[in-house]
Amino acid sequence: MGMVEPIIQIRNMEKMYELGGETVMALKSVSLEIKKGDFISIIGPSGSGKSTFMNMIGCLDRPDSGEYLLDNEEIGKMKSSQLATIRNEKIGFIFQNFNMIPKLTAVENVELPLIYRGMKAVERRKMALASLEKVGLAGRANHLPSQLSGGQQQRVAIARALAGHPPILLADEPTGALDSKTSKEILAIMNSLNEQGHTIILITHDLDVAKQASRVVRIHDGQLYENGGEWFADAQNGAEKHQIK
Amino acid sequence: MLGIIIGVSSVIVMVAIGQGSTKDVQDQMGSLGTNVLTVSVTGSDVTFKEEDAEQIKDVNGIEGIAPTVSGRITAKSGKTTTQVSMIGTTSSYLDVRDLQLQSGRFIADLDHENHSKIAVLGSDTAQTLFGLGDPVGESIKVNGTSYKVVGVLESVGSSLGTSGDSTIIVPLSTGQRLASTTNIGTTYVKVENEDTINFVSSRIESTMYSIIGDADSYSVSSQKDLMETASSVNETMTLMLGGSAAISLIVGGIGIMNIMLVSVSERTKEIGIRKAIGAKRKNILLQFLIEAIVLSSSGGIIGVGIGVVSAQIYTVVTGATIAYSIPVMLLSFGFSLLVGVVFGVFPANKASKLDPIQALRYE
Repeated sequence: MGMVEPIIQIRNMEKMYELGGETVMALKSVSLEIKKGDFISIIGPSGSGKSTFMNMIGCLDRPDSGEYLLDNEEIGKMKSSQLATIRNEKIGFIFQNFNMIPKLTAVENVELPLIYRGMKAVERRKMALASLEKVGLAGRANHLPSQLSGGQQQRVAIARALAGHPPILLADEPTGALDSKTSKEILAIMNSLNEQGHTIILITHDLDVAKQASRVVRIHDGQLYENGGEWFADAQNGAEKHQIK
Repeated sequence: MLGIIIGVSSVIVMVAIGQGSTKDVQDQMGSLGTNVLTVSVTGSDVTFKEEDAEQIKDVNGIEGIAPTVSGRITAKSGKTTTQVSMIGTTSSYLDVRDLQLQSGRFIADLDHENHSKIAVLGSDTAQTLFGLGDPVGESIKVNGTSYKVVGVLESVGSSLGTSGDSTIIVPLSTGQRLASTTNIGTTYVKVENEDTINFVSSRIESTMYSIIGDADSYSVSSQKDLMETASSVNETMTLMLGGSAAISLIVGGIGIMNIMLVSVSERTKEIGIRKAIGAKRKNILLQFLIEAIVLSSSGGIIGVGIGVVSAQIYTVVTGATIAYSIPVMLLSFGFSLLVGVVFGVFPANKASKLDPIQALRYE
């Protein structure tokens, strides 16, 4: 592992919010390194700064200070149009509530990131269908999101995240809106994607979900703890009580 | 969309009707001949007799004159009675006014000298009194006295709301009796050359002044003058019709504006999703711009189509003339497009500036 190049390098990242006249330190000097091919879970309760951190990793927001190298590119100083390009090319998003565009069919939703890359219609349709094939939904390509179950919609969302072959998949509570059986299916897909070499960052508050990853980090009160494993073991011993809601 | 369709189509229909009636009037007035001058004596206490009218003939460049007296009479045939306008005139009237006979003959000089009780009917009068039968040789009662019908005129259509066909023409002397006046009201003058009409007109003016001596008691006008007056009246009407239709177009524009504003706020989440997966601001703007153009231009095209079809229906049903105005069509179409684009892009621009996180959280 030591020889593998890091894809994400975060050093001393800080972020503050003004909330009702009060300054909230959402991230306090957070440092994290993620290597290519990693499957990492970031676990933390709501209000821990987990969402803020996800927005930072996902290039949806910019840190106040600190360094963020993504694929050896410094993100912190980028303009919003450059960030849009980074999001498009480097990150595949998987959201809790799927975030499908309701009036577009499954394959059209999967095509979206490719459209913003300026790809030709025939080519992007081919790539989108190939991506749907990967998640086993090629047969539903022309269904609207409303005609698909939650699990199927999330698989379409995964296909959309995969369509542009981004180096990183960023999943924010991907199973949060699904029942346990469907959740297992989604996590199985993510595991197999990791085996195929995709770097996966999974953000969750659910231990069962988090333990799918080979590495678990914990975020609490805006600080990141690398002791995900130890803490995980403690939590297992203490059973339900320690589970973070 | 519906608003813009109604707005565009009503502008097109209104303007088509307005311009159609202008064209109608121009055609009719043109058909009366542009080489004819009308000399009207308007003063009530002046005398202008047939002999006075004859003096106009001495003016250079005149081909012929037709002095007339006019009034309204009741004509009766069998059980049918109708109110028509009576014109008492001389034999030259037919040529001066450029009229055609449908059947029979026109008034002769002899009829005038003899005060003959004969009549030439306008085509409408003939139809009202005799239906499809030939009135020539029949007799009618004019204000209770029996007259013999000697001829029927071809239809000339109506102008300025006066039918040229609901008339009855009698010899001048007979007409003077019916109208109880020997004063000549209107004299029609046909000039030899259309190009000299203004010149002839001013010479007639001076002749008239020497006869009557009061410049306010007579007028000399050409068909062109009348045409210009009528056209300006019609243009005002077109403007009014078009103006009220333009208001409905503006209302339609407000409708489009509403649709656009609602659609952008409804779709904030979509904008968030698109931005999260890599759409730049300009992509979002372009998307809404294209949608606005498609929406408002298709509304505009449908509006033009419905406008043309309704104007056609109008002309078929009422028989009125219509004239399409291409600039008005382009203008109303352009307006709908402009409104759609302005009000489509304005809120989209605002939405495209949203932080993707905030837009994503929007429910």
